[in-house]
Amino acid sequence: MNIILSLFPLGWQHYLLGGLLIGSGAGLLFVLTGRIGGMSTVFSSSWSYLVQRTFFQQQRFVESRRWRLVYALGLILGALLWWLGFAGGRAEATALPAWQLLVGGFFVGYGARLGNGCTSGHGICGLGSLQLPSLLAVLTFMATAFLTANLAARWLS
Amino acid sequence: MSEQRHALARALATLVAGMLFGFGLSLSTMIRPEVVLSFLRLSDFGLLLVMGGAVLVVLIAYKLVPRVLAQPLLDNHFHQHMSIWDRDTAVGAALFGVGWGLCGVCPGPAIAGLGAGNLSLLWALAGIALGALLQGLRVK
Repeated sequence: MNIILSLFPLGWQHYLLGGLLIGSGAGLLFVLTGRIGGMSTVFSSSWSYLVQRTFFQQQRFVESRRWRLVYALGLILGALLWWLGFAGGRAEATALPAWQLLVGGFFVGYGARLGNGCTSGHGICGLGSLQLPSLLAVLTFMATAFLTANLAARWLS
Repeated sequence: MSEQRHALARALATLVAGMLFGFGLSLSTMIRPEVVLSFLRLSDFGLLLVMGGAVLVVLIAYKLVPRVLAQPLLDNHFHQHMSIWDRDTAVGAALFGVGWGLCGVCPGPAIAGLGAGNLSLLWALAGIALGALLQGLRVK
């Protein structure tokens, strides 16, 4: 009991159940449409609506840009459902300063697209299809994220 | 079914799949940057359960379904997305981790969090979109 409490001070059930639901979403997408549903590609494919450069006009972005936006809309609606139906409708908020979200987000976007995947692309879909390169990617970003988060805790607060 | 109705069914399926994904991200509190950061600072290991639970279901779907079904229920082929390990993947993953460790937000939660009223995440969303834009512009 004490070990569980020290590893998961806020409880563990909602983590596991939430994870199973996330997997069910990506799994359902695959069963019904055959699509692999990582989340970071939408940030490149959507630029193809606005930017004419060859990179953004690649077939893989243009062909998938619509369903990726629908998938992203689903994410928002799913969170809305949870918020209104199960969380009492109190708005989520974060105490992190805007600059930290913006700068952190910039590296997240640049890095995920350069490395062809994020926590869902490499972490869930890549590991779920047993791909070694995705495992290496996950271990790499876990390591740099661990270092950065701990240094930031020391220097920024 | 006509092709048009098929396309509509696929769009609906994609929306519902996204909703499950977004509901799961919210229920597991991954849309709270503070919870992600507390994992990275090793004070709450919940993120491992989230990832493990998700990988387990996806693994079953990706490995088992193509053996049982010749094609997905609403389309004519299963996609594959092979990942490769090269310099770009290594550098990209490392930079992604630096950003994730700084803000505790990754692409899924940045989108889903908006649905739960966390409008501060628009900053992260803007950062991610700009990062993705610069990455594409730098490709020769």
